[in-house]
Amino acid sequence: MSTRVAITGLGAITPIGANVNETWNNALAGNSGIVKLGDEWAEGLAAQIAGRVTQDPYEVLDRVQARRMDRSTQLGVIAAKEAWKDAGAPEIELERLGVHFGTGIGGLNTVIEQYEIMINRGADRVNPMTVPMIMPNSAAATVGLQFGARAGVHSPVSACATSAEAIAGGLEMIRNNKADVVIAGGTEACLNRLAVSAFAAMKALSTRNNEPEKASRPYDLARDGFVMGEGAGALILENENHAKARGAKIYGYLAGAGMSADGYHIAAPEPEGAGASRAINQALIDADLSSSDVAHINAHATSTPVGDIAEYKAMRRALGADLDQVLVTATKSLTGHLLGGAGAAESIFTILALANKQAPVTFNLENQDPKIPVNVSIKNKNQLPDNARVALNNSFGFGGHNVCLVFTN
Amino acid sequence: MTEEQILSELAEILNEVAGVEASKVSADKSFLDDLEVDSLSMVEVVMAAEDKFGVKIPDEEVKNLRTVQDAINFIVKAQ
Repeated sequence: MSTRVAITGLGAITPIGANVNETWNNALAGNSGIVKLGDEWAEGLAAQIAGRVTQDPYEVLDRVQARRMDRSTQLGVIAAKEAWKDAGAPEIELERLGVHFGTGIGGLNTVIEQYEIMINRGADRVNPMTVPMIMPNSAAATVGLQFGARAGVHSPVSACATSAEAIAGGLEMIRNNKADVVIAGGTEACLNRLAVSAFAAMKALSTRNNEPEKASRPYDLARDGFVMGEGAGALILENENHAKARGAKIYGYLAGAGMSADGYHIAAPEPEGAGASRAINQALIDADLSSSDVAHINAHATSTPVGDIAEYKAMRRALGADLDQVLVTATKSLTGHLLGGAGAAESIFTILALANKQAPVTFNLENQDPKIPVNVSIKNKNQLPDNARVALNNSFGFGGHNVCLVFTN
Repeated sequence: MTEEQILSELAEILNEVAGVEASKVSADKSFLDDLEVDSLSMVEVVMAAEDKFGVKIPDEEVKNLRTVQDAINFIVKAQ
């Protein structure tokens, strides 16, 4: 019998909450975190809306530590600390504690800030902490240092699939007996003029600037692109025996993971969903479950015209007629797209949905696209059946990365 | 600027950059051994001090600044 991996702690900081509890309650209530970017830097941009974290990191982190972190790392550390505390801050051998934590973009705010200092004040004024702040493994390394993790600190980078891939990596670390406990997740914070312009240049973003709350509308006929968001999520993954031996609270289990690549295009998803469906199939096989077991899917569903349909095709290919028994939710309608933080934040939604038999609400579904015939979780229609015990979380990233995680309770 | 004023400004910089309690900063303290200012933090302290006191502290000079008094002496001379 292979090792079971339990989930014993959760942490999140998102556009709809400064912690898991607040985020979850707003997800159930369908409260949007999408706002108009009032900043000077956003003036004149094609897209001027985003999901923004309102909690000031400096209010919750040590000031001196925080000033040595890019905002993306700050949010990651806040989520990791919440998850760790939620798990009971276990006293474990540090050689058996691992970290799998990623970011899609990295410390871009710091790159821009230091570039401006270099141009305006000179090369000798560049902050000596710049490299540790902008390297893509910065969040993973900082989380590792925070808790003294020594089993291995890893940081996958796969665009918007990053933190789902990190969670899959954490699962493997425990299954392979490299660690008893892994802090897994990811983060993103790149709401700045360069990143927003760059995503907008791809024509990937919604430009519904006058109705921020209505801009992220997965599965709706009037969807016109995704809405950028920032935030982080962290899960404490733990060998079930280890968790039970210390009497830990167990939210559920990470039963399996599937990963594949489209091999198709650097940014566009393969339109028939072939790659993504293989990730879903592999995840179910890995979990030793079948399509008929699935009760709930937290879809990637970014609200792009093409992406939502490709994912539907992938789900249909993988689950066939069993998809009709599944309640699908699209939480990016509320949070925007947390990029490297999305997979982790949405895994938390998935775990809590199974635990509470209630799915987060998909916002802005007014005219469901007939090309996407699935049961969507909406207000007052978000109950999961009492016997629901298996849920999936899909995450896909630019580059053709596909990750599907299977959670059970 | 008097030595006392420089000491107090340095204490403020050390607090801002490295989180050293201002009350712990006195002339005889070693940056590394007593105040636990590591080499990266020291670079930041030097940059902030250059801005604050309007002086240039060359790299080859920084390694001679073992104690707070060493820094004060350098700044007094350079001003």
